[in-house]
Amino acid sequence: MKLTDAERRMLDGAEGAAVQRAMDLLVRYGEALGADRLVETNNVCGTFVAAGPMIREFASKGNDAIFSEFNLDSNEHVAMPPVKAYTCHLIMGIDSEHPEMRQLSEDAARVQKEGERFFGAKGVNMLSTCTPYQVGNVPVMGEHCAWMESSAVIYCNSVVGARTNTEGRESTGAASITGRIPYFGLHIPENRFASHLVDVQIAVDDMMDWGLLGYAIGEMVEEDIPVFRGLTSQPSLIKLKHFGAAAASSGGVEMYHMPGVTPETKSEEGALGGRAPRRTWVYGQKEQRAAYEKLNSTAKSADVDFIMLGCPHNSIEQVWQVARLLEGRRISPNTSLWVFTPRALKEIADRSGYTDVIKAAGGHVLSDTCPAISRIMPKGTKVVATDSAKQAHYLPAITGVQAWFGSVADCVEAAIEGRWTGGLR
Amino acid sequence: MTRILLHGRKVVGGVSEGEALVTRDTISGWGGIDPRTGKVVETHHELCGVSFKDKILVFPGAKGSSGWSQYFHLARLAGTAPKAILYNRTTTKVALGAVMMRVPALTDFDRDPLSIIENGDWVRVDADQGIVEVTKKDS
Repeated sequence: MKLTDAERRMLDGAEGAAVQRAMDLLVRYGEALGADRLVETNNVCGTFVAAGPMIREFASKGNDAIFSEFNLDSNEHVAMPPVKAYTCHLIMGIDSEHPEMRQLSEDAARVQKEGERFFGAKGVNMLSTCTPYQVGNVPVMGEHCAWMESSAVIYCNSVVGARTNTEGRESTGAASITGRIPYFGLHIPENRFASHLVDVQIAVDDMMDWGLLGYAIGEMVEEDIPVFRGLTSQPSLIKLKHFGAAAASSGGVEMYHMPGVTPETKSEEGALGGRAPRRTWVYGQKEQRAAYEKLNSTAKSADVDFIMLGCPHNSIEQVWQVARLLEGRRISPNTSLWVFTPRALKEIADRSGYTDVIKAAGGHVLSDTCPAISRIMPKGTKVVATDSAKQAHYLPAITGVQAWFGSVADCVEAAIEGRWTGGLR
Repeated sequence: MTRILLHGRKVVGGVSEGEALVTRDTISGWGGIDPRTGKVVETHHELCGVSFKDKILVFPGAKGSSGWSQYFHLARLAGTAPKAILYNRTTTKVALGAVMMRVPALTDFDRDPLSIIENGDWVRVDADQGIVEVTKKDS
């Protein structure tokens, strides 16, 4: 790897032990990638606070120890300096403000609070969401970023046109205190062309349609970049948020092109860089049905006991939709309904009265985490219903529950009736 | 004894040997493995319920969440990491994960390891030299 003089000084320890460790990690990582240099970044989204039972076991050693081990891969515990790059915190372990969740894990709540203070003081902004682009971190087209969170990465590259690979906890930790990340993959313009063409032959319109399309094409193209033909409706932020999260769950999709929608895509030919697609896929009724059945393959019992909405974290528009569906109604005593939205948007939901409507119906509005990350669900949960392809994909694997995937309206009906009656219509 | 040599690019240096565990499915880290046991837990995965602890893991590459490196990092701390990894497709997830596992790792092979190495073959990985020596189990 070729390093600049400034990078060489960091590697030689001129900026302290932590920066030295960070640069050492970036060099090892860059060499593993086959990258030949680093690139400057001033937009990092990562994970710092101890979350998850295994990392919390380290919490007694203090936050410098957590940072050293899990953000720098350093056996020796070094003191974390203030961040050098603008850095935001992604989703966390629990919602420490929520009484039910807090009660389930008092210790986790304490560890998280201490971590927020520690890392906040170093300059890590506590956005505490998987959707930083919903609450203030919207990069500029072409900006070099170092983001974790697969659903945010695909949004950043495709919808915004900024540049990031799917970074990890350790590489974003190193980037935060050096302002560097390997110049590899999607940072390089010629790697941003599509190699697959997806010919969409059915209407893709509502949220469920977009989730199913994302889930299907993730399986088709895996880590490659698709360009779409035949899309006829204008997607919104929430549809592309859902679509991207699904594609990044079933595959490893980090970027896509939609002519007329994504900013780097002038045309189908332009997206393909003037080359023929390596493979062309058809997305029709059969492919949509297969995606639906795969997402619902763990679901056996129609007796639903937990409804999870808001993965990726709901926009304020989505919270409002849930409130409208619940207005004047009451969920079944046999179900729990949790709606997740970023903390900053929950403030708006509170002020707009949506939180009260959801609470009056027997539901809860939560922030900072999700059931897949926290591994916390209402006690005794066996069967989940969710409007998120991502959550339906991961929750059964992580927690062993059954999962139904459907529309938000089907999920709200399930909360009220205690039974799943949704389906692909 | 049938011995086959493969050549690849060093990802992480070192020398190790062991029994091969081979999958044609890409692997998820977060939501795909249990670092405490080293088992794959993804519902639809062909290795679901199988542990890679102390194996030479041969796989196409990584997919899924950006928690990939963290989960294989946790596997190393829990003592459940593979002894070496061989993969075809370089992504940031698998490269950072390989660095966190601190085990010999190779990619960019002259021949596809997935078409040559089978479960149970004995595999010696010399990542510093970029050489994989495969001894077929049935020979």
